[in-house]
Amino acid sequence: MRVLPHVVSFAPATPEEILRPPQPWFVFLTLFLALIANMAPLSGVALALRPDFLALVLLYWCIQAPRLVGVGSAWIVGLLMDVADATLFGQHALAYAVLAFAADYFRRRVLRFPLWQQAVQVAVLLGFCALLVLLVRFIGGAPLPRWTYAAPPLVGALLWPLLSVLLQRPQRPRRRSDS
Amino acid sequence: MRPIHVEPPAFFHRGPSPLARLTFFGVLSLALLFADTRYRYLEGIRHVAATVLYPVQRAVELPVEAAVWVGRYFGDKARLSDENAELRKELIAQGPLAEAAPKLREENARLKTLLDMRGHYGGAATAVEVLYTGRDPFTQKVFVNKGTQAGLASGEAVVDDRGVVGQVTRVFSYMAEVTLVTDRDQAVPVKIERNGIRSVLFGNGTARAPELRFTAPSADVKVGDRLVTSGIDGTYPPNLPVAEVIDIERDTGQMFARIAVRPVAGIDRSQYLLVLAQGAAAPPRPEEPAESDVAKGGKRRGRRG
Repeated sequence: MRVLPHVVSFAPATPEEILRPPQPWFVFLTLFLALIANMAPLSGVALALRPDFLALVLLYWCIQAPRLVGVGSAWIVGLLMDVADATLFGQHALAYAVLAFAADYFRRRVLRFPLWQQAVQVAVLLGFCALLVLLVRFIGGAPLPRWTYAAPPLVGALLWPLLSVLLQRPQRPRRRSDS
Repeated sequence: MRPIHVEPPAFFHRGPSPLARLTFFGVLSLALLFADTRYRYLEGIRHVAATVLYPVQRAVELPVEAAVWVGRYFGDKARLSDENAELRKELIAQGPLAEAAPKLREENARLKTLLDMRGHYGGAATAVEVLYTGRDPFTQKVFVNKGTQAGLASGEAVVDDRGVVGQVTRVFSYMAEVTLVTDRDQAVPVKIERNGIRSVLFGNGTARAPELRFTAPSADVKVGDRLVTSGIDGTYPPNLPVAEVIDIERDTGQMFARIAVRPVAGIDRSQYLLVLAQGAAAPPRPEEPAESDVAKGGKRRGRRG
C-alpha cells in the first residue's frame, strides 16, 4: 500500500482501476471552463499556439462518457462557440459534431493505448476537425491562413495526457484505508 | 461499498445511431452556414450574445491584464528610459510642426471656404484601445474597448498615428469590432498621392499583401507611391495615408495590373486607435429619375420643340 494517497500523484489511472462514471455537473463545468478558456483575449504568438480547449475537453468526454456527451451535445456546444467567436454560424457546430462522431467510432481503440500514443491519435482527430473548419471557410471564400494554423491541434495533442489525468481524477475510485 | 453505476448493455434503447445523428446535425449546420453567409440573419442574436458574454469576457481578461500590469511594473527600466528618450526626441522633432499647425489650419479653413467645401469630417474622434485580436484565423479583425455607449457606429473609419487601420464593422454595447484593411472582404477607395489616380485597395488576408485592383497596366503607378484615401465613398475622410506601393506586375495580356501594397499604419501592432466619427454626411445621392418622370420630361420637351 502506498503511503501517500494517490490523489496527489500525477500518474494516470492504471487499467486495474475501474473509473466511476463522471458526474454530469462535472462534465458541464469542465465544458464551460473550456469555453471560457477559448475566449481568453490573446494576441500574437499565444493566440497562434492556443489549442481549442473546448474541442479537447469535448473529445475527452466523448471517449470517456459517451452516454453523457455525444454528437448532439457537441453540436450545441459548437453553436455556443460560434456565437462566442462571432464567426460563421455553424462552422464549429459542424466540426465538433464530426469530432464527436469520430471519437465515438474510435473510442474503444484509443483507450487501449498509453497516454502519449493516445495523444498522437488525438492530434489526428483535432487536425481533422481543424481541416474541416478550413474547408468550410475556404468554400465560403476566405483566404488560406498561414501555416501556423496547424499549430493548435498539435499543442492540443501535447496537452492531452495532462488533461486526461486532470479530468479523470474525480472518477478514480477512492481507496479505503482498510483495503 | 458504494454501488458502481454500470451502463445498461448496448442492446437497450440508445436512441438513433451516431451516424444518423451526425447526418442530422451535419445537415443542420450546413443549412445554418449557408443561411449565415447568404442572409446574415444572425446579427441580432450575436449582439445579444455578445452583451451577455461581455462580463464573462472581461472576467477572463482580468488575470491577463493583471499579469501584463505586473510584467510592466517590473519591466526593465532601461527600455522605459530608452522609450522616454525616443519620445522626447519625437516631441522635439514635432515642435516646428505643431507651431505650424494653427497657421496651416487657418489657411486650410480659408481655402475650404474659398472652394465652398464642407470640412471632410466633423473632427469628432474617439480614442479606443485594442482589447484583443479576433480569434478567427481566416479574418483580420480586432476588438476595441468602446461601443455604442461611447457613440461608435458601424462603418466609421479607424486610424492610428500613421494611417488607416480599418473600419468599424460591428458595434456592441461596450465593444466594437474593427475589420482591418488587410481583411479579405475589406476595400478602401484610395488615390495615388502623386498624381491623384483613383483606385480601390483590397485586403488579401495575412499570407499575401493587399493589392490595388482594377488599375490598368498602363496607369502611372510607381513602386514607392503613397496611397491616400480618396474620400469619394463618404466613409473614409480624404487624404489619410493608407499604404505604399511595393510591387507592380504589368502583364499587357491581363486586363489589370497586379499592384501589391504595404499598409503604412501599424495594422497588427498599434495598441491605441482613433475612430473617426462620420462627420458631415455625404451629400445625398441624386435621385434616380423614375420611369414616369423620364417619360414626362420627354413629352414636355417634345411639346416645346
